[in-house]
Amino acid sequence: MRYAMVIDTLKCVGCSDCVVACQTENNVPVGYCRDWVTESVSGGYPTLDLELKSERCNHCDNAPCVRCCPTGASHEGEGGIILVTENECIGCGACIESCPYDARFQHPEGYVDKCTFCHHRLEEGQNPACVSVCPTNCMYFGDLDDPTSEVSKLLETRKYKVLAPEAGTDPNVYYLIK
Amino acid sequence: MEEELFISGRNIPNIDPNLEVWHFPISLYLFLGGMAAGIIFFASLFTIMKKEKEVPTAVKSGMIVVIIAISIGLLALIYDLTHKLYVWQLYMTIRIESPMSWGAWVLLVITILSFLWVFSYFTEMFPKWDLKFDFLKKFQTYLIENRRTLAIILLPLSVILGIYTGILLSAFNARPLWNNSILGPLFLTSGLSTGAAAIILFSKNQYEKHLFGKIDLALIILELGLIIHMIMGMYAGSAVQLEALDILIGGEYTVMFFVFVVILGLIFPAIIEGIEIMGYKVPSIVPALLVLMGGLIFRMVMVEAGQLTRYLY
Repeated sequence: MRYAMVIDTLKCVGCSDCVVACQTENNVPVGYCRDWVTESVSGGYPTLDLELKSERCNHCDNAPCVRCCPTGASHEGEGGIILVTENECIGCGACIESCPYDARFQHPEGYVDKCTFCHHRLEEGQNPACVSVCPTNCMYFGDLDDPTSEVSKLLETRKYKVLAPEAGTDPNVYYLIK
Repeated sequence: MEEELFISGRNIPNIDPNLEVWHFPISLYLFLGGMAAGIIFFASLFTIMKKEKEVPTAVKSGMIVVIIAISIGLLALIYDLTHKLYVWQLYMTIRIESPMSWGAWVLLVITILSFLWVFSYFTEMFPKWDLKFDFLKKFQTYLIENRRTLAIILLPLSVILGIYTGILLSAFNARPLWNNSILGPLFLTSGLSTGAAAIILFSKNQYEKHLFGKIDLALIILELGLIIHMIMGMYAGSAVQLEALDILIGGEYTVMFFVFVVILGLIFPAIIEGIEIMGYKVPSIVPALLVLMGGLIFRMVMVEAGQLTRYLY
């Protein structure tokens, strides 16, 4: 099993519903967020190109945060989900330094926190909170090892990209761009 | 034109707009750890060569500096943790892939062995201080007999400690300024150089001061070479490395780096030490203090500037 998220940048309207849903579902402290939305504008007037992306931890196959964690608090869970064990984390910040996506932060209580792909919801057969609330249905979640899953089919038929592939992290959040 | 911004609002403390997860205590620790590694290296090297009588400061008061520096460094490290009560988790596992993990273990072993080392010289340094208990006296005699064994263990460990302070940073490919393999040797050389400077600073023995002046000069020249090597390597690097280099050359940290580290911390003390070797009388405290200051500012520049560099996407 290899969990992955596929996000259609052509359907995203940048409403930030995913961000609010995550903060509510995971009780994220005020002023912090596990996911966020970026808007990138390229080109020159009048042919401007706008791309909206809902970003979060990429649950990389080659996760630098897991590699550099001195206690093993950052670890790979079932389906390749990268998780942090709160009472093993010493708050050294090495994983935050190692993440090219700046997806981790120090929770006010001291341990390091980040997106978990809502693994507590997955156990109950539900989608992550961000995916389930998206009003344009631009987010998909599933198992890449299963060729019949929606995410596998999307990546087979559509053109996609990942963020900072040159960082060598093999991320598992894919963005459909065509 | 290409512009990217957060539209969902994101201003996480210590992460946005620039990473500031590691602060001054980390730079201080990297400096103190490197300096301690340097002193231990020389103390054990001269002990193994059976020349410890020629360098009394290095093996005696130098090692007291080591245990003070390591203790302050350890406190600084723990101070910068955000989940401090769980610090013992570091010693529940060894993870070879994580430099911080094996570095923490090496630091623990070195701290214990350094305290034993100082204890072996305790009566020699403070003859009026009675050890009172027989078993302490016996233990001290045992340590004195086995001082060379201690030195043989400490020599490689000190090299590992010195190089680890650099490898710790260079292991993060997300921060392009740190992500070059020369940083380990560079920090090791800087650590050995600051260690030699600390010995000069505390030494009252002219021969020893002169000897470490020569050693320090050689190390400074090597360090300058490694800095040029680092800059050349980054110039030949990818876009992210070129952007990272902009901070050191023509950017925010240029003055700090070139004026305080390269000129005042390396070139200037090298010239003074060179003049001293030529036979002129110069106060050796000046280059020693400059090297120590340069070493600390070098760690501060690298830690702070490195966190400003990132992947472009």
